[in-house]
Amino acid sequence: MSEKSLYTERADGRKLDELRPLHAEIGVVPNADGSALFAQGDTIAIASVYGPKTLNPKHQQNPEKGVLRVHYNMLSFSVGERIRPGVSRRSQEISKVTEWALTPVVMLDELPGTVIDVHINILQANAGTRCAGINAAAMALAHAGVPMKELVSAVAVGKMDKTIVADVNKEEEDFEDGEGATDMPMAYLSNSGKITLLQLDGRIQLNKFKEALEMGKQACKKISEVQINALKEFK
Amino acid sequence: MTEKNGQKQVVVPGEIISQDENMLPGDWTIKEGNNIIAIRLGVVEKQDRLIKIIPLSGVYIPRRGNVIIGEIRDMNYSGWMVDIGGPYGAFLTLKEVPGYVEESEMENVYGIGDLIVTKVFNVKRTAVDLTMKQREGGLGKIKEGLIVRVNPHRVPRIIGKEGSMIKLIKDATKCMITVGQNGLIWIKGDNVEDRIYAKKAIEFIVENTTTNGLTEKVEKWLAENKSGVKK
Amino acid sequence: MGMEVKTVWKVTKKNVLEAMNKSERLDGRQPFEHRNIEISFGVSNKAEGSVKVKMGKTEIVCGIKMNTQEPYTDHEKEGTMTTSMELLPLSSPNFEYGQPTIEAVEIARVIDRGVRESRFIDFEKLCIKEGEKVWGINIDLATINDDGNLIDAGALAAVLALLTARLPVYDEAKDKISFGEFSDKKIPLNMENMPITSTFFKIGDKIFIDPTREEEDTTDGRITMELSKPGKEEMITAMQKGGEATFSQEEIMTMAEEATKIFKKLKTLIDESLDKFEKGKK
Repeated sequence: MSEKSLYTERADGRKLDELRPLHAEIGVVPNADGSALFAQGDTIAIASVYGPKTLNPKHQQNPEKGVLRVHYNMLSFSVGERIRPGVSRRSQEISKVTEWALTPVVMLDELPGTVIDVHINILQANAGTRCAGINAAAMALAHAGVPMKELVSAVAVGKMDKTIVADVNKEEEDFEDGEGATDMPMAYLSNSGKITLLQLDGRIQLNKFKEALEMGKQACKKISEVQINALKEFK
Repeated sequence: MTEKNGQKQVVVPGEIISQDENMLPGDWTIKEGNNIIAIRLGVVEKQDRLIKIIPLSGVYIPRRGNVIIGEIRDMNYSGWMVDIGGPYGAFLTLKEVPGYVEESEMENVYGIGDLIVTKVFNVKRTAVDLTMKQREGGLGKIKEGLIVRVNPHRVPRIIGKEGSMIKLIKDATKCMITVGQNGLIWIKGDNVEDRIYAKKAIEFIVENTTTNGLTEKVEKWLAENKSGVKK
Repeated sequence: MGMEVKTVWKVTKKNVLEAMNKSERLDGRQPFEHRNIEISFGVSNKAEGSVKVKMGKTEIVCGIKMNTQEPYTDHEKEGTMTTSMELLPLSSPNFEYGQPTIEAVEIARVIDRGVRESRFIDFEKLCIKEGEKVWGINIDLATINDDGNLIDAGALAAVLALLTARLPVYDEAKDKISFGEFSDKKIPLNMENMPITSTFFKIGDKIFIDPTREEEDTTDGRITMELSKPGKEEMITAMQKGGEATFSQEEIMTMAEEATKIFKKLKTLIDESLDKFEKGKK
């Protein structure tokens, strides 16, 4: 018989698998070839895409396929305690895993010698920022007319003590009772069923991990619908 | 599946457009099993068995025969490097320029920063070849006039069926207008007011491309916003 | 849109000049006419104050973040202030990652000067304990879409953000700030010293304001003037000449006079926005 979890009701009243209110918009940066905003509750990310364009200097080009360059960063005032403007080790890491999350769907073979720049900035942070960033970036890439096999959707699944929840917010991220908080950001391709981002910090049993993955997949499918609807609003 | 109330439906990457095994994958689609799947944001167009996507956004993709406006970026002994937008650079060789040009004269013919109306005559895997030779003329360096930039995918609307839309604007504004397929538009007119009038007319079209009855709306706009008349 | 925007086309410069000579601009505006200005508050609920300003297609966000710290020597009973401007690569194909460029640094310093020299912020009221603890104000600006005139848009955003900011909840005994929780206290401001900024650009011998990026890249120089009106008369509290152009005395005096007209217009806009903001909160 399983022990009871110390976290049975979510602080903001959501159901365990319920996402925060989602809002998606394209075209928020007129200068860019493609751009989008994606908000999950109080976490707001904007992304813009420039390219495909010829990569210079020439020696950095890949003659076989295009290159995706991703930069993620948070604005100094997006969080409670100010972040000094500029790149941090955290933003470097997130930039890289985001690049790895998006690259599998972009048809870079069609674009040898080119580069596609993806810029992600977080305006307001309430946990799940890299996921909101991926969601915005996938839309921005599609808006930019980049050939893609499908969209990418991301969500942070969590375990608070023994309870698995979808779309963790900041309060939940800071949960400390019992087994504490485990945070698992993941990105999922809704058509092919593949996972392109997977990170975890905390402590989770294997059977709970399986449950979390399943909940994450379902959550990502819902996010995918929101992304698609926003793209179809294109004028 | 592709038409809804007469409006073409937008499809997104990964969307299954057709499950009919007889259909063939055209531009910006792939076939997986019996499914035709979109790989780019755009509207679907069916021609017999062929399904293709007309993109609505994104950088310019050069096609042979396109007349475009490019910027001279650099030159070497065999020709000029030209920026035409799009993923790849373009090259104009000396022999594709009418007449004979000495290497020492190249800068005078087309200098760095000059804009030229040019034509795509070959699209290679990662480069585009340009020519300044065209039977009907019309290609050359831009010395004066106004340049407007639009999303290259709006160009067909701006030109209109058999040039009808752009003719409307040319007549009303008394300007000579060259619409580059890469989204750059050259407006030449005697008065700067006329050029601005034409620019605004083009911007009006771009803002209203999805509306029905656009031609009538443009005619109305042109009548109400004659150049020199302050609103 | 694809093509590099760095080099300014010779034909564009000719057009901008020709249009200016007929007192017209490429978008039909008058030389001293602003584009449409849109203001919205609350870009980030984590910031002590935040605002988004749009001037035409230019979009800038500004957030105020506060902290407590030791005062600077020689200013033992005054709070501190910093201003930063990030030209985000997100907002333009011309901005790159790396150390802040001189463009970003200059914009931040010019905006900073206007706020500081006007004595808009009452730094002494930001003192918590003389010689030991004071409030620090960080004015952080970032571009979302660059279509020219970043100094004016940024300066307007900075003032609006300062006006609507609230101090975070602070436990003085423990010297602990509860970020994310806000008090009712606003930043101590001397309202009559509010700085309002107008940058005047020059092309050929024509002067104008609020250029689009295309227009701005054809200009030869600019002069930024920051004014406040503490009494009956406007005062210039900061100025910056930028670019290689030269200016005559007449041109500069014309700008100063025009700046007083713009002052009235923008002050009204700021008052109206503030009013809407206060009403929205109730």
